[in-house]
Amino acid sequence: MQNLALEEAKRQLAVCNACRYCEGFCAAFKAMTRYRAFDTETVVHMSNLCHNCQACYHSCQFTEPHEFGLNLPRALAVVRVDSWESHVPFPGVSKLFQSSPLVSLASVLVVATMFWLIAGIPWLSSDTFYDLISHNALVWIFSPLFLAPLVIVFCGLARYWRTVNGERITWKQVLESLRSAATLKNLDGGAGQGCNYEKEDRYSQVRRWAHQATMYGFLLCFAATSTATVMHYGFDIVAPYPFLSLPKLLGVSGGVLLTLGTSKLIYLKTKASSLLEAPGRRASDYGFITLLWFVSTSGLLLYWLGDTDLAGSMLILHLAGIVCLFVSIPFSKMVHGFFRMAALIREAQLRGA
Amino acid sequence: MDIDLPKITPDTSLIQVGQGSIHYDVIVVGGGNAALCAAIRAAEAGASVAVFERAPKEYRGGNSRHTRNFRCMHGTPKGVLTDSYGEEEFYDDLLKVTKGNTEEDLARLTIRESEACYEWMLKQGCFFQESLSGTLSLSRTNAFFLGGGKALVNAYYNRLESLGAAIFYQATVLDVVIRERKFDGVLVDLDGTQHYQRGRAVVLASGGFEADKDWLASAWGDAARNFLIRGTPYNTGEVLKGVLAGGADQVGDPTQCHAVAIDGRAPEYDGGIVTRVDCVPFSVVVNNDGHRFYDEGEDVWPKRYAIWGRLVAKQPNQVAYAIIDSKSKDLFMPTVFSATVTDSLDDMAQQLGLPKDQFLATVKEFNESCQDGEFYPTELDGLRTSGTTPEKTNWARPIDTPPFFGYELRPGVTFTYLGFRVGHDAKVSFGDVPSENVWAAGEIMAGSILGEGYLAGFGMTIGTVFGRIAGSGAGAYAKSGA
Repeated sequence: MQNLALEEAKRQLAVCNACRYCEGFCAAFKAMTRYRAFDTETVVHMSNLCHNCQACYHSCQFTEPHEFGLNLPRALAVVRVDSWESHVPFPGVSKLFQSSPLVSLASVLVVATMFWLIAGIPWLSSDTFYDLISHNALVWIFSPLFLAPLVIVFCGLARYWRTVNGERITWKQVLESLRSAATLKNLDGGAGQGCNYEKEDRYSQVRRWAHQATMYGFLLCFAATSTATVMHYGFDIVAPYPFLSLPKLLGVSGGVLLTLGTSKLIYLKTKASSLLEAPGRRASDYGFITLLWFVSTSGLLLYWLGDTDLAGSMLILHLAGIVCLFVSIPFSKMVHGFFRMAALIREAQLRGA
Repeated sequence: MDIDLPKITPDTSLIQVGQGSIHYDVIVVGGGNAALCAAIRAAEAGASVAVFERAPKEYRGGNSRHTRNFRCMHGTPKGVLTDSYGEEEFYDDLLKVTKGNTEEDLARLTIRESEACYEWMLKQGCFFQESLSGTLSLSRTNAFFLGGGKALVNAYYNRLESLGAAIFYQATVLDVVIRERKFDGVLVDLDGTQHYQRGRAVVLASGGFEADKDWLASAWGDAARNFLIRGTPYNTGEVLKGVLAGGADQVGDPTQCHAVAIDGRAPEYDGGIVTRVDCVPFSVVVNNDGHRFYDEGEDVWPKRYAIWGRLVAKQPNQVAYAIIDSKSKDLFMPTVFSATVTDSLDDMAQQLGLPKDQFLATVKEFNESCQDGEFYPTELDGLRTSGTTPEKTNWARPIDTPPFFGYELRPGVTFTYLGFRVGHDAKVSFGDVPSENVWAAGEIMAGSILGEGYLAGFGMTIGTVFGRIAGSGAGAYAKSGA
């Protein structure tokens, strides 16, 4: 972990802890009241508990140019992103994504090209939907690409759990944390007024809604793929599926939500102050959200294009997007979800749940 | 922090009284809680409103920026306020702290009107939160602003913008022109240029003069040079001084200020809440000469912190040192600056720069006078010394378990009491006759109700109540076409 970032967060937290006016905003401020001093374990935990609602910044009487120079959203964001990279293996890949938003998109094109080549190999092809890419090829490509990133993320989480001194996890703690994530409780501002993001010191619910559309959209799409897998292997029902089937219903609704949510998140980001987040992260954040948008939008287009000639190319692009999305999970903004859950569970433990 | 406020002598040739057009119905001088409440009310009444806030936008809100709650009467549980808090109890609390130095009818008006403020504030976009940790004793009487005073101020500015009011930052009002008790206009410095702005009515809500150390020194002597100012550096009282010189009736005197003992390392201005040091009841407090000078355990800290500013102000060099031992280190709110920590009292004397022999003798005498008994940190435990001067009457435990923790204390001025005398309608009077169109609200008139002492959250109550009254009055006057 970067010492400078930790020390700066500790300095700021000491000021916050002597004030505590922001106690009602979120779980991070409530956690603060348990401590008189902040060690690394606590700062790392609080940094991942912070949802970057930015309310504490806009309410703070000690922000610059005041000599105390508080900017807790940024101080914690710097520790937070550092905590991901210092716990998840292969941090260099993450640095690559941070260099430009185009890295995500370029990787999609590279993978798509590979697919074109693979799809052209005759012995992998069969007769149905999988004329383009055989189902076996898909399984062989996707299984490791799906599993390896998750293994990497869970390695990171295991290390993180040691850093924050995590204990054995109970179902109660998990349920409590899921409830918080499901409603984005920590972006509700404490009184249900929402957070500060795109409208400076005015509260708004838009970011919360956009995030949840993205999250639920993603989960619905994931559910669509999962049901399709079950249908394929369990019941031998092979794609393409009709509209009134679980994979399609879940996939289309999820895709629409994901496209709308990510579009809004990108727009909001252009309005939000870059001073209240970790510096140097916009590029990879834009790249990540755009990739999510691309996956959902290309998926919807694929459905819309039906049996037309373009469908083949679109399918390849769509699948390439999914591959890149999965491969980049440990190295993109996507990890925030895993670490946030870990922080919520740890917080439940520390509160004695 | 570099404070470089413009000191401009008004160019009176610019003042053309009674000439020029009136651009705004109501001019509000100041940009804190009282000013904003007044501006909102006036704008709601249909008046066009201009707010002149001296601070830049990031420091807007005067001392309200540093507040955290307001005291509110209520008959039944209301929002975050528990139980009930009636007029008589509220007024009794006020009498206790002011020792009767209040005007009963104005005080009761403030108390009664406070109840309606709660819902009104919610409507303006303010949010409340549960009483903060460590302040449970206030959950019945005080409604805490979610995010504190700056969040409240933000909500009010946003509301004002929605109402179409004109808000000027870095706008220093140099002169308020009042002739025959009638307001004409203000001379205001905007970005280094002086403008004369006429208005049909004015609300003066620009706070006290605590940031003007010359003024404080004229009352306190040079001791005031060593005072720290807990709040905004922009409250230098020019408007107050000018309008008083113009014949407005005065309450209070310049020696009266609210001062608490704060961390001696706090910034000279604007250190706010975080500079507090709450360890006094569990400590011995000595002055520069190594002598104790007051009963550290006289009462629970929330009832005593406000007298310690004055106590320290009367010590040599306006400084004192609170020393605790490791038994007490976790019994009070965390401090923003870390303590001086030593393993011996010798080292403590050396590091704090205290005369060693006297300091050690003082602590020894104190320790020997401590009695056996039960220690209860959160209530008056009667654990007192016997045979030292002054006695410590509660929480007296020997300072004998290293490591030792030392904090430098200095007087931190919160606000001043000298201000305008106002009536029920918040109008400023001149020679006991109310002005036609000059209103005042907030710290600039609070001395009428708070003659001395302080009741947590009552300043914001006065500001909100009188801001609302002044704004309604000024708005109605301006729209009446007078």
